[in-house]
Amino acid sequence: MTAKTLFEKVWEAHVVRMDGDVALLYIDRHLVHEVTSPQAFEGLRMAGRTPHRPDFTFAVPDHNVPTTGRELGITDPVSRLQVETLDANCEQFGITEFAMGDVRQGVVHVMAPEQGIVQPGMTIVCGDSHTATHGALGALAFGIGTSEVEHVLATQCLIQKKPKSMRVTVDGTLAPGVTAKDIVLAVIGKIGTAGGTGYVIEFAGSAIMDLTMEGRMTVCNMAIEAGARAGMIAVDEKTIDYVEGRPYAPNGNDWDQATAWWRTLHTDAGAKFDAEVHIDAASLQPQVTWGTSPEMVTGIDGKVPDPAAEPDAVKRTSIENALAYMGLKANTPMREVTIDRVFIGSCTNGRIEDMRAAAAIARGRKVAAGVSAMVVPGSGLVKEQAEAEGLDRIFIEAGFEWRDPGCSMCLAMNADQLAPGERCAATSNRNFEGRQGKGGRTHLVSPAMAAAAAVTGRFTDVRDLT
Amino acid sequence: MQSFVTLDGLVAPLDRANVDTDAIIPKQFLKSIRRTGFGKYLFDEWRYLDQGQPDMDVTSRPKNADFVLNQPRYQGAEILLTQDNFGCGSSREHAPWALLDYGFRCIIAKSFADIFFNNCFKNGILPIVLPAKAVDDLMGQVKAHEGYRLAVDLPAQTITTPDGEAIPFEVDPFRKDCLINGLDDIGLTLRHVKDIRAYETQRKTRAPWLFAGN
Repeated sequence: MTAKTLFEKVWEAHVVRMDGDVALLYIDRHLVHEVTSPQAFEGLRMAGRTPHRPDFTFAVPDHNVPTTGRELGITDPVSRLQVETLDANCEQFGITEFAMGDVRQGVVHVMAPEQGIVQPGMTIVCGDSHTATHGALGALAFGIGTSEVEHVLATQCLIQKKPKSMRVTVDGTLAPGVTAKDIVLAVIGKIGTAGGTGYVIEFAGSAIMDLTMEGRMTVCNMAIEAGARAGMIAVDEKTIDYVEGRPYAPNGNDWDQATAWWRTLHTDAGAKFDAEVHIDAASLQPQVTWGTSPEMVTGIDGKVPDPAAEPDAVKRTSIENALAYMGLKANTPMREVTIDRVFIGSCTNGRIEDMRAAAAIARGRKVAAGVSAMVVPGSGLVKEQAEAEGLDRIFIEAGFEWRDPGCSMCLAMNADQLAPGERCAATSNRNFEGRQGKGGRTHLVSPAMAAAAAVTGRFTDVRDLT
Repeated sequence: MQSFVTLDGLVAPLDRANVDTDAIIPKQFLKSIRRTGFGKYLFDEWRYLDQGQPDMDVTSRPKNADFVLNQPRYQGAEILLTQDNFGCGSSREHAPWALLDYGFRCIIAKSFADIFFNNCFKNGILPIVLPAKAVDDLMGQVKAHEGYRLAVDLPAQTITTPDGEAIPFEVDPFRKDCLINGLDDIGLTLRHVKDIRAYETQRKTRAPWLFAGN
């Protein structure tokens, strides 16, 4: 038997037919949110089609939902119409929706694993690039456009060419204070934002397998920031323990049969990848981005780069543009960069472990003068759990705002936005120009590093605070 | 879908790498539930000096004169020439919708992000990858010559420059066929509905838990 990669095993289990080198790939679960689905549902209606498997489709509003004053509903009429359109489409087509008043509502990529909708070996799509998150459970999960959302609704399949495979091996032990977020930022810094284009990345190695499931989700979530549509991690007992007992997890005989297959979902010894990357976990520091692309990243001991030192003309211009936008001078130590805002949350870092990591730094400290900091749990259930553990009290006493779940200031489609020129330490995934509001300046960090920045007013090595 | 066969169009240069879909169409315009009307907000934060909002009258908004698409010589451009990793970031199909609505039918770059690349083909836009040297040469030509046009021939897979040089390009045969014929690929897939049903039947035997329902 030929040695296979994890990706090949999952891919091959889902090929319905081949036409030349183009596969018709079966999709096990389709996640839907309000922003990228209305035109797809409208397309179905106009063609007189209905969803092929409404029972394999799960919806949640997350991008437009307010994170305060929720009892008032959505005040922005344009946002409200989009969320109401999702509600109506789910109602019309018989799709399960975790609507705004439901405690299970949250960021789609936090909600779906939490509910056990995401399981090992599945193919999962969503009209959202951060669908890559779910590869942490050994699923093949990737983002699609709205035309493909319509295609999956109508056929439960996608037309796909088999991507190439890359393995990123992170071996060794992380230093205290260095997290999953720092691993993935370092990977993006190393291979670049287009380094994974055309690939599915398998994250492997002892430092990856030592991560919690939440940490693994953080790593796979940002595979797209390295250009890869999907990130994947082998199934182990941690994965199986995570899924067990969740509302949509298999039961009884189904559970035994499922876990028997899940335990085969790892790359066989000797399987070949199209590309291999190695990173030494012990060498990593907490990471901070300085520019307008996630690859523009350095360790907390690093400095803002000097464009004059960059020989490539296109890259030099990119650095110059980034520094101008970010309002940073070349060679400034990252530790001297002061901040105005802090955002802790998102599909990257809005899970319970992230809340705990930030609270551990916030405990007994105060948000620095002039800094405004908010914590947005990834789902209603994360919020409930955090409150049961008293984390909300820690945040509130330290001067953080404790909000309701949603995408919030990761992309600022709701009211949570940066003003022009404001500088933010954010646990989200994109530091693009204008991402958190026109003229806003985003620095990506881990939850602990964001909390450290909140209480000191500048980027600080979290290890100095513990 | 609108078909794409040939195009003789004015070229606009966007000389930046890693142009992300947030830049192509900012998030506030994603609240729309329609597929059309995004062209006036294309590259909104670069094109205008004020903060754009959905359903705004753009005619009175202050424009950024330095932004390339605001220069008179590039008005009516149908081909966008750009650098590496165009369309990275968010999967929003609003990005190709905005480019199409503005008037771009073809984008030539050193490389594209995967989801964006895929989304273009679903909307009658032809994304073409050319080697770095070819893009650099064209970038120089476009900037040097006002009114610079290129003739794109999809069946022949060539781009012809004003001095008659034909630059070949690669395109996936399936996507090429769909684009030339304006094919709706949902219709194509539904021709295989028997295969989909057969797959579901055998998959249900091997992985019954997926079909158990909860």
